[in-house]
Formats: sequence, C-alpha cells, structure tokens
Amino acid sequence: MPDCHAAVAAPERTRLAEAGTPVIALAGQPNMGKSTVFNLLTGLNQHVGNWPGKTVERREGRFDLNGRQALLVDLPGTYSLTANSPEEVIAREFILREKPDLVVAVVSAANLERSLYLVAELAALDAPLVVALNMMDVAEQEGLRVEPHVLEAALGVPVVPMVASKAAGVRELLTVAERVLNGEQAAGPRPPEVRADHCQILAQIEAQIAPHVPAPYPSSWIALKLLEGDAEVTRLMQASMPPETWEAVHDILRAHDDAFLAVASGRYEWIGRLVRAAVTRPRVGQIGLTERLDRWAAHPFWGLVLLAGILGLVFWLTFTIGAPLQAWLEQAAVAPLAGLAAEALTEVPFWLQGLMVDGLIGGVGSVLTFLPILVIFFAAFALLEDVGYMARAAYVMDNLMHLMGLHGKSFLPLFLGFGCNVPAVMGTRVIDSWPARLLTILIAPLVPCTARMAVVAFIAPAFFGANALWVTWGLVLLSLLALVASGALLNRVIFKGQRSAFIMEMPLYHIPNLRTIGLLVWQRSIAFVKKAGTAILAMAMLVWALSYLPGGDLNSSYLARFGQFLEPVGRWMGFDWRLTVALITSFPAKENAIATLGVLFGVSPEAGLTELLAASYSTATALSFLVVTMLFIPCMATVAVTRQETGSWRWTLLSVFLLLALSMAAGAVTYHLAVWMGV
Amino acid sequence: MPDSQPPFPLADLEAGREAVIVEFKAGRAVTSRLASLGLTPGVRVNMVQNYGRGPLIVTARGTRLALGRGEAAKILVERGNHA
Repeated sequence: MPDCHAAVAAPERTRLAEAGTPVIALAGQPNMGKSTVFNLLTGLNQHVGNWPGKTVERREGRFDLNGRQALLVDLPGTYSLTANSPEEVIAREFILREKPDLVVAVVSAANLERSLYLVAELAALDAPLVVALNMMDVAEQEGLRVEPHVLEAALGVPVVPMVASKAAGVRELLTVAERVLNGEQAAGPRPPEVRADHCQILAQIEAQIAPHVPAPYPSSWIALKLLEGDAEVTRLMQASMPPETWEAVHDILRAHDDAFLAVASGRYEWIGRLVRAAVTRPRVGQIGLTERLDRWAAHPFWGLVLLAGILGLVFWLTFTIGAPLQAWLEQAAVAPLAGLAAEALTEVPFWLQGLMVDGLIGGVGSVLTFLPILVIFFAAFALLEDVGYMARAAYVMDNLMHLMGLHGKSFLPLFLGFGCNVPAVMGTRVIDSWPARLLTILIAPLVPCTARMAVVAFIAPAFFGANALWVTWGLVLLSLLALVASGALLNRVIFKGQRSAFIMEMPLYHIPNLRTIGLLVWQRSIAFVKKAGTAILAMAMLVWALSYLPGGDLNSSYLARFGQFLEPVGRWMGFDWRLTVALITSFPAKENAIATLGVLFGVSPEAGLTELLAASYSTATALSFLVVTMLFIPCMATVAVTRQETGSWRWTLLSVFLLLALSMAAGAVTYHLAVWMGV
Repeated sequence: MPDSQPPFPLADLEAGREAVIVEFKAGRAVTSRLASLGLTPGVRVNMVQNYGRGPLIVTARGTRLALGRGEAAKILVERGNHA
C-alpha cells in the first residue's frame, strides 16, 4: 500500500494557559453525550461565552485532574472538520492553533461507524488523542458487543468505555488523560488514508505546496483539505503561494473535483476496518423503541397532532404555574421593594428617588418577574430537547416551514419565542445556513411572547368579557399568519427564493438526564438575568428620564410631548396620545404598556384601570391596540440580541421598520374595519 | 451485474426498502454534509418513512437521518437486493 502520509515533524507545543495547567479539548459529534461528559467534569464550574468574533457558544471549565487543575474547552459539536460551518472551522482552528495538550473525542458505542468519522478527521490533525467510548449501555441494549481494547489496538490511541449519563467511566478517563499528559501512554493515532486511486495525486499536491504552507498547519493536512475542496483552506493557500505555483496545484484540483468522495470513502474504509474488528452484532433487524415511537411522532398527521398537544401542555403549564407566580412576584416582591426604597430614599433628591423606584425597581424588576415563566419554558424545552423529541418536531414542521423557504430546523427557535423572543433569536444558531438563519431572526419577533400575552390578558377581558379567550386565540393566530406571510415575502424579495438543505440526524430517544437539563435551564436563565441587568436596565433608565423630565410630571414630560406629536399617526389606528405613549413605552418591555396607561390615567394598575379603559375607548380602538401590540416592533432586548446575532445594524433596523410598518398597517385596517362593521 | 435497473432518486424508494447509493447530483457543500453523516457512494440505505411528499427518514451506517425531499431527489441509488 502506498504511504500517503509522509511523517511531519511535530511542531513545538505552545501553551495556551498558564504553565502547569494542562488544556484539554473535548470534541465530538452532536448527540454523542459530549455535553454530559463536559458537565460531569466541570459541574457549575464552567464559563459560557462566545468564540472571539463569532456567534458560536464557547464553553470552558476547570476541573480537578487527580490533584492538579486542568482547563477543559468544549469544542462545538460537529459531524466533520470540513469548513461547512463556523463551528467546524472553530473546532479545527482551536486544535491546530492553540495546540491543546490533549483532545478527548467522545464517540457513541451504539453508533460507532458514524461517530468515528470525526475521529478520522481528528487523527489527521497531529494532536494527542483519547477516545471516550460513551453510551456502552445503549449499545448493550441494542445487542451490540463493543470491545474497547480491540478498538484501542486498532486505532493506536487509548479508548475508555463510559456511560456518561450514569457517571460511569469518568475516573478511568481522568487516569488515562493524566497518563497521556505525563507521557506514560502513547496517544498518536494512525490516520486514515485516501482511497488508493487518489494517493498519487495527494502526494503530488503535498510536494508542490509543502514549501508554502504557513505555520501552524501540517502540510499533509492542508493537501488533504485542498483535495476535499475545502473553501477556507483553498483561500488560505491561494493567498500563501506564488500565482504560477498555485495555478499548477489548482489545475490538478480542478481535474479531480470529485476527490471529496474519495477522501470521505477512505475515511469510512478505515472506520469499517476498526468496526469489523471491535464490534460484534449478534442480533439484527430488531425494531427499537425509537422506530415504534417515530411511527407516531414523525407521522405527517399524527406527528402534528402530538406536537400541538405538547405545545398546548407547555403553554398550559406556563400559564397555570408561571403566570400566577409572575403576578405574585410583582405584588409580593417588586411593589413592597419599591415601597421600601421610596421610604428609605426620602432624604435624597426627588429625581434620584424616582430613578431608583420607578426606573430601576419598576422597570428592571417587572422584567425580572417574568423569570418563573421563562424557567418553566426553558425546562420544558430542555426536556424535549434532551429526550430527542425536538428533532421530530422539526421534522413534522418541515412542510409548513417550506412555505417560507425555511426548513424544519427553523421551527425550534421559533417555538422558544413563545416564551421570550430573546432566546429565540439566540436559538437560531442551530440553523446551518446563514440566509435561513437571518430570515428566521427577522420573523422571530412575530411569535407572540409571554410579555405580549400579559398585555392581551389584561386588556381583552376589559372589553370583550366572556369572549376574551376567543379574541386572544384570534390574536395569536393573526401573529402566526403574519409570521408565515412575511417569511414567504422576505424569502421571495430578499433571499430570491433560495432554500437551504434539510439534513438532520434523528437521535435515538433516551431517558432525560436531569443534570444536563438543569444546567441548560440555569445557563439560559442567567443569560436572561444578565441582559436585564445591562441592556434593559439602561433603557429603563432612559425611558424613565424621558417620562420625568423636564417638570417631573408624566403628563407634561418629553415622552408625553412626543406622544402628542405622534398623535396624528396614532389616530389612523384609533389611538389618542395616551395609547400612543403606552405603545412607545412598550419598547423597553412589552408589559410596560399597562404600567404606562396606569400612570397616564392616574391610577395604580390594580385598582380600576380596566374600568377606566373600558369607559374611555371604543371596542374598535381596543381591538386595534391589541393587534398593534401583538405585531409592534420587537422589544429592546430582542433588538439588542438581533444586532448581536446578525452583527449588522442594517438587518436590525430592517427588522424594526418591517414590524413597525406591518403593525401600523394591521392596526389601521383593524380599526377602520371594526368601525365600518359597527363594533 | 445481476441488476440492470438504472439508478433512480432516493426520494422514490418506498418505505421498508433498501438501496445502495450510486452518486450525488448535489453541490459540494451538500455532498460534504451528507458524507459526514454517513452517506457516501456504495453505502446501503434503508428507507424508514416516505409518504411521497414532505421530508423522509432513512437509516445508513446505523444512523437515522431526516432528509428534505429536495436533497433526497439529488441522491441516486440502485436496488441492493442482489447482495
């Protein structure tokens, strides 16, 4: 067999962190239990941030490695290391540039063939490697016998059997990691070769590029990636080589533009040899639990029924447990706190008292009272995600999402939007193509969040009495119709009808891991609280100042003047200046609309505002106000994350203006239609 | 060759049937994503769910995959019952 991989001298390892703290990178495909291993090792001792310049989550944590501290970096979960997505580039750049002291690859014993594909790619990166052979219990249930020591011998790297969901094998993993770090155990894998018919070409390319490959990349790896047609590496080499030499290489590559499959097949041949040696399958053709559940959960009709039932249950839980808890927090925590602060601050200037009591406690406090609702929502979402149901939800929603040029995966963040639009916009990171992600970000604010539902729940009963429930359902339906319509339109106009590929793994169903769910809920909640403490705080202060200055009275404040200035516009929708101001103040947080009306009508929100509103406005105006509230510009926090996730003010402003135009048009139509019908 | 039937799109494979991938008609980015999930020429795929419209589910190399109908139409397969 020809030797495709000329030995490359291992470059000097540079230290990422302080001396003495080994850096361990955790790699693995999605659904292999990588997060479970990460959480197991680091617990709450982890830090969640972003990779520099990217909107990809970066998690790292410290843990005790038999007496000394080690830094564990969780690489993004990817299926391969070809530059298809930012995640894949981040994972390979980290290993090549930061040179971690050890890479732990998490693979599933129940799905060895597929999960070793990433190992085949990691093996070519020239980093010390240990394989964590997870899900040994699942493999056993499926009648597979996997022999770790055979795999270890065939791979040339240590293999540690694990059941991460039951914390089994962690100590063994740590022991092996330490031995490799101390140089007591070899961990240099034998990388796969390309299919025999492409060996020569690979050698030819490598010989041509070798003098030009910039550090720290191994030239054998660069040659392989060029042959695979990796866009990122192709750009790198084009920039690093003299034009004539590059042209020669480029000609070879052009003549073999089908080489990608030769490389991939070479990897699967390598994997096939490993699997044949290490795995025995006594039973075949058994219909598993997943298959039986999927007959319902992934059925084009029953799957949708099940999804509707699950959504209904989640909303029911949210509103029967979360909403009363929110109201209770508002009354039992925020109101007394405001009272206490008002008493304690009698000595300070009046404006400072107002800033603290109405701006800080009233503004940020009310946003924070939504935390119980969000925690319930996050928990339900994390549970459905962890048992493997979310992939089924995406699957059955694929048809509907096609109307907007999107596919099933976009449904997941939109679903999260019913709780709060902020995690919805951040959740679009699961979508692999950028246009599809951008489109999902643009339409996400049309998912009615709990804060908007709170406004509806307050105003609808005041005007519609027993029919309030139907009005509420109608408003939700209207929002979703607006979502589908604007999605379809934006896709036509801006994205020219292009559609991204829908390729998604359907993981096996499994028993939920409470630790994983708990940590996920904790991290998402903390992210929300942080947002409330920064962006929302600043905006609440600003709105308060505008409502206070210049005279200290809302009715003559800048905000009121602004509302009066805009009143002619508000009148199209049947609003007076007070409703206009209420709508504007819903920008920092949607539920502010109620509080503002309370202040403007000079009553406390609890006592009599409903009666005052019902006496002051016609039903047509109320209906129009509700419609505009549902479709109005996203709240400040959503705008902030939209800017963060798109990295562009242009798209952010487009999102704002789009919803502004849509909500005003819908409001005007509703008002005039209602008046004409004599409502 | 014991099988003379010409290759056909994976999207036309009935549920419960098996076939072998012959080639991809997709671009490089899609091909590369399919390969990283286990779909390469020569691999045996099993159609789990195919209702004739909407997405479909296949298994290959022990993995369950959901594919859009458009993607499945770009994967050419032939009947693998002679193996």
